[in-house]
Amino acid sequence: MYTNLRLIITTALIAATCFFNVPARADQTIQHDSGKVVESINEQEHKIEHNLEESEKKFNIGEMIMHHIADSHEWEFTHGVTIPLPVILYSADRGIEVFSSANFHNEHHEYNGYHLVHGDSEKIVPVDESRVIYDFSITKNVASMLLSAVILILIFTSIGKWYANNKGKAPKGFQSAMEVIILFIRDDVVKPNVGPKYEKYLPYLLTLFFFILVNNILGLLPGSANLTGNIAVTMTLAVLTFIVVHLNANGHYYKHLVKPTGVPIPLLIIMIPVEIVGVFMKPFSLMVRLFANMTAGHIILLSLFGLIFIFQSIVIAPVISLFALFLNFIEIMVAFIQAFIFTLLSSMYIGSAIEEHHHADHGH
Amino acid sequence: MSLLTPNPGLIFWMLVVFLMVVFILAKFAWKPIIKGLKDRENEIQGALDLAERTKAEMIQLKSDNEKLIAEANAVRDKILRDAKEAADKTILESKDKAAVEAQKMIETARESIRNEQQLAVSKIRKEVATLSLEIAEKVLHRELKDKEAQEKLIADLASSAHLN
Repeated sequence: MYTNLRLIITTALIAATCFFNVPARADQTIQHDSGKVVESINEQEHKIEHNLEESEKKFNIGEMIMHHIADSHEWEFTHGVTIPLPVILYSADRGIEVFSSANFHNEHHEYNGYHLVHGDSEKIVPVDESRVIYDFSITKNVASMLLSAVILILIFTSIGKWYANNKGKAPKGFQSAMEVIILFIRDDVVKPNVGPKYEKYLPYLLTLFFFILVNNILGLLPGSANLTGNIAVTMTLAVLTFIVVHLNANGHYYKHLVKPTGVPIPLLIIMIPVEIVGVFMKPFSLMVRLFANMTAGHIILLSLFGLIFIFQSIVIAPVISLFALFLNFIEIMVAFIQAFIFTLLSSMYIGSAIEEHHHADHGH
Repeated sequence: MSLLTPNPGLIFWMLVVFLMVVFILAKFAWKPIIKGLKDRENEIQGALDLAERTKAEMIQLKSDNEKLIAEANAVRDKILRDAKEAADKTILESKDKAAVEAQKMIETARESIRNEQQLAVSKIRKEVATLSLEIAEKVLHRELKDKEAQEKLIADLASSAHLN
């Protein structure tokens, strides 16, 4: 039996070599006419280049990513499925104008003297360039923010009602799941970092945490807005924390800015600017951290999906999908971590500004 | 670059919406939630404290009971001991008293005997003196003539009387 098998394989191999040698010999005969072949190769190359150019025109990954992470005047779920959003403009001469963004769906993207510019991100500019307009449109981000606000208010007012109606009863269901997170924020984030007067800041910090968390997670849904990856949003949050810190800071905090304890007087020339830069660095770092983390996560995911469209191969798509799935899980984790870190750092900044000093550290 | 330039319209909406969310949640969500959590914590702490206190009270009660029993036992023992002591003392006292009484009676008896004896002796002496006088009278009456015999007789009488 074994010898039989060997015989078959050898025969097959010999047959194969004969079969493949025949076209090779045929090629040799054709190569005599070399000029014709070069011409055909050049033609082929030209065709490939042309195809490449065409496909690049069809799919530009950078443009696609920017389009997805930037704000927009309409909510596009997928190509062709869009919800037009209201455009609200204010100008000194025309007052407040409200109209649907669907009005820009024409050849020149123009309506009523306004022009919708598609650049890195969308922008409405007046056709008459001397006019100054302020754009307060309900953009995709604003709509998503309103959605998250509704979600937050519905969830937490219903939980609040549960507490009011079920006094002295054991926690149950969804309320008890939320309670774990609320208790974590209260006991492990706010209480140890803010200090004994933590209760005053608890509502703000809890709202901060859940607002960022809900928007981070909403941002991961397909077709949703990238709200927490928008610098305007993170800037507003960071500035609010900055205001909360500096409205409540005690005298010691301000004194420390101009006269850090234990620093020799000549060094103050360096230390005072450093301290003052530090004051503005804290909210700046808050703003950049959240913005960069969320935007980077979206860019990575979109790049992966973009690869599928670049390769246009059925083999590569499942591999990339698996990888994207893995990254999606990481992004869910990042959504929690970034919300946690923003809240933690805000509590630490508040805590350091309201901390009572008992003149214990004046010895060194 | 547009990614890094904040859009003023979005900042405006963000401020409005976020502050609204903060105020609504602070009033209608965080206030009852934080209060509920605090109340529950206090309740649990109170229940635990009460259990602890009850336990301590139980221990106290138990030790009190034991103390009471021990005290009762001690009182009983004391009463018994006192009674026994009192009885012993009474017996001893009556014994002593009896002995003293007996002694006294013996003394009295002895005294009266001595008195009687003295009385008897003095009576006998009187009797003897009377008798001797009578004898002397008789002798005087009979043997007054014989002087020598008289003296001898008197001396004999006297010596015999003295021997008494």
